[in-house]
Amino acid sequence: MTEQQPSQVPGGQEAEAASRASAESAAAGKTPAPEPDAAAAAGSVEARVPAQLTLREVDALTRPVTGLRSPLSPLQSAERARNFGSFYYMEHWLRQLRGYGWTVLMTAVGTPLVYLFAMGVGLATLVDANTNVSLDAGNGQAVPYLVFVAPALLATAAIMVASEENTYSVISGFKWRKTYYGPNASPLQSQQLVNGHSMGVLARLLLTTGLYFLCLVLFGAVVEPTGWVMIFTAALAGMSFGLPLMAYSASIEEDRGQFALVQRFIVMPLFLFSGTFFPLDAMPLLVRWIGWISPLWHSTELGRVLSYGYAEPVWPTVLHVAYLAVLCVVGWIFARRVYIRRLGK
Amino acid sequence: MPQTSLSHRLPQQAPAAVITARNVVKTYGDFNAVDGISFDVQQGESFGLLGPNGAGKSTTMRMIGGVSQRTSGELSIMGLDPDQHGPEVRAHLGVVPQQDNLDEELKVRDNLIVYGRYFGLPYSYLRPKADELLEFAQLTDKAKAKVDALSGGMKRRLTIARSLMNDPKVLLLDEPTTGLDPQARHILWDRLFRLKEAGVTLILTTHYMDEAEQLCDRLIVVDKGKIMAEGSPSALIREHSTREVLELRFGSERNTTVAPELGGIGERLETLPDRILIYADDGEAALEQVSNRGLRPITSLVRRSSLEDVFLRLTGRSLID
Amino acid sequence: MSQHIVSQQLRLEPSRRPLGSLYAGNVRAVFSRGVKATWGTNWAIMVSGFVEPVLYLVAMGIGLGSLIGTVTGPGGAEIGYANYIAPALLAVSAMNGAVYDSTWNVFFKLHFAKLYEGMLYTSLGPLDVALGEILLALLRGALYATGFTAVMGAMGLITSPWALLMIPAAVVVAFGFASFGMAITSYMKTFQQMDWINFIMLPMFLFSATFYPLSVYPEPIQWLIQALPLWHGVEMLRQLSAGIFTGAILVHLLYFLVMIVLGLILSTGRLRKLFLN
Repeated sequence: MTEQQPSQVPGGQEAEAASRASAESAAAGKTPAPEPDAAAAAGSVEARVPAQLTLREVDALTRPVTGLRSPLSPLQSAERARNFGSFYYMEHWLRQLRGYGWTVLMTAVGTPLVYLFAMGVGLATLVDANTNVSLDAGNGQAVPYLVFVAPALLATAAIMVASEENTYSVISGFKWRKTYYGPNASPLQSQQLVNGHSMGVLARLLLTTGLYFLCLVLFGAVVEPTGWVMIFTAALAGMSFGLPLMAYSASIEEDRGQFALVQRFIVMPLFLFSGTFFPLDAMPLLVRWIGWISPLWHSTELGRVLSYGYAEPVWPTVLHVAYLAVLCVVGWIFARRVYIRRLGK
Repeated sequence: MPQTSLSHRLPQQAPAAVITARNVVKTYGDFNAVDGISFDVQQGESFGLLGPNGAGKSTTMRMIGGVSQRTSGELSIMGLDPDQHGPEVRAHLGVVPQQDNLDEELKVRDNLIVYGRYFGLPYSYLRPKADELLEFAQLTDKAKAKVDALSGGMKRRLTIARSLMNDPKVLLLDEPTTGLDPQARHILWDRLFRLKEAGVTLILTTHYMDEAEQLCDRLIVVDKGKIMAEGSPSALIREHSTREVLELRFGSERNTTVAPELGGIGERLETLPDRILIYADDGEAALEQVSNRGLRPITSLVRRSSLEDVFLRLTGRSLID
Repeated sequence: MSQHIVSQQLRLEPSRRPLGSLYAGNVRAVFSRGVKATWGTNWAIMVSGFVEPVLYLVAMGIGLGSLIGTVTGPGGAEIGYANYIAPALLAVSAMNGAVYDSTWNVFFKLHFAKLYEGMLYTSLGPLDVALGEILLALLRGALYATGFTAVMGAMGLITSPWALLMIPAAVVVAFGFASFGMAITSYMKTFQQMDWINFIMLPMFLFSATFYPLSVYPEPIQWLIQALPLWHGVEMLRQLSAGIFTGAILVHLLYFLVMIVLGLILSTGRLRKLFLN
């Protein structure tokens, strides 16, 4: 993620101030018949001939109200903020996360355990007992249901975390608690909030998918040694869903339960119709398209290739990665745009 | 850091500006929230924007704070255009917004430290600085408390402490005491005086005339995005009002019917729904004239003129409501 | 003398009704406020609550059903997988709706909107508030249950007229969860604590014989699940949907009646403690 290039701070501020003053008086001269009030006000200002103080002079005239003096000058602060602002905000974000660290850990460990017991063990007894149908690894080999469902569960967990972190906490920053407006008044720039937030979410995603992957291994749900790459493809799925959602959440002016709708009309269908619990082909064509546009399906298919060597040609694999990446980038661009517009009103 | 001597550059009488605004306009859709205002703020002074809700004060503050792009006009903060050099401008400022936006998920002291990080400041500075400012804001014993647990006045003081983490040169305060009880307001004013003594330039908006009179060296009266008057509180009162005001209440039904009978008393007369104001340099004398005409108000009160009267004179409306 | 008369005239008559301090007999005021608020704001959300279990039914019934084939239903008959999970999904949706309404929703009104505080400053008592909110949740639950049963019919999953009894039974299930959920919520102070509700709901949803029979578990785990309310709801609705009954259905029903009464007593007491002290 790139920071905006620092724009050059004028070195000779005195010169600039002087030239501006002359430009102003020229402009004032051209103004045709200003209102009496405005003229009086402008006149009185003009009479005082303000010399604009430079940064250094102001610095010399001000002292901190308490003993310690800041080790950085404001201009140094600004430069650091331009370069590392996204990380500063990520730091804040992670501190907030620590406030509910217990919940995060419990979710990260509890969810996989519960789902694996229920789907991978409980439901699997029904599926694997049915000898009429068998799941195929694409090369004629049968796959146990636990192994089949594992990559889908992993990607689902990532998407759930992403949808949690990119809905209420985003609108809360703009509206309920207005926490974005604190950093917004500091040298940070709006788009750095997007970056910092997203990097924080990514960190939580990787923690979640990493722990989930360990659980999968414990349950014997991963066959191939390439399986660990799923930690990243699942996190990618989380980001590809989270970034566009972040842009949407940031654009909400008034909460009328939109998130409940997102949950029920987007997250839930994606969860159920993305080849999660059964191959996409088991569904009529009428609803199969849901899978095709779903980041969950793309990530699950990738996971199946990595986890048990699901045989598919190279091009779909490339397509899966590309699709997820494009969603991330598009979401990121939109999120930046919405944040900049909304915070700069 | 090299210290520049100012004496050779600044003539003694010429005040030096840290902020200059010329014909600044901010438009939302076809509504001019700020409609061509010009002013200068000098180093170390405390400068007020006085006006009713919706006058454009907060919008002006946001433009100075480099978080809102102006539609047109010139604005310069210590030689920098906030629209071009947002981070540089904001690094010099401390901002106390109208609505507290503290992070309620963090503890009181962590709120200060986290905020200081946005200025790239190291923890070795931020930790002791946070403790100093908690002391300054009289919140030392709340350092480990949750923000939720603070009273309104404490939150306000914490927000001020937060805005001081970077040793700002200019402090922007948007309605600093709105919603606070009188005691909390006085504590806050005291802290602001100490900032002023430290040479920090204060810019504040308020719709409380007493606050403006207490805190501001100079102020502009703003209404509907325009500047109505400019000057020190006492000068404004001198210029736009009389020394004293006589307030008469005849009961809500009768005020308008009685008003014509009061003609000629004092310099000027205002009829409000709930009372009649008579502007006169000697309020007691005016009251005597009223009773000489056989009029018996339910209550009467003689007081000094205030900025409220100035605003009423300039706009024909009250400041609040 | 005159003082004596004045003080007599101003004395208020104490209420002689039972539960006078808790209950003003005006549940209707709370209920109709809730209907108005729901009516005015979120139609789409109202409808969406019905969509969720239907999506589950379609996805799992058709998709997963194609992998599983048939399952042993009540009375030992082999039934289609969709027939098997449909009543369970109805019980789950009754639970989810009731729990949402009585936990998150109540928590928000309690701590942020301060709605109950305002209500209790009037003549309303805490029991009026609790009952009014719960009734509202039940009305919604009944609407969803009716819709879901209709979808089941359309998908050809209803094989017995007894299945219509699933609607009132689902309301009973919802009542149990709503009154108990409200009681629990009154003890909650932070959002983090509210998250714990999810930690209980998720395993209960997945393990309560919803998607596969209890027999896949070892015996101790079976007992644990049978102690939880959702399993009773699922079993009750499953028997009704197939029209095959055992004596166990009375146990299931009794379980919910106890839950309802216990929940009401607890939440009324708590609301009083929170506001009328």
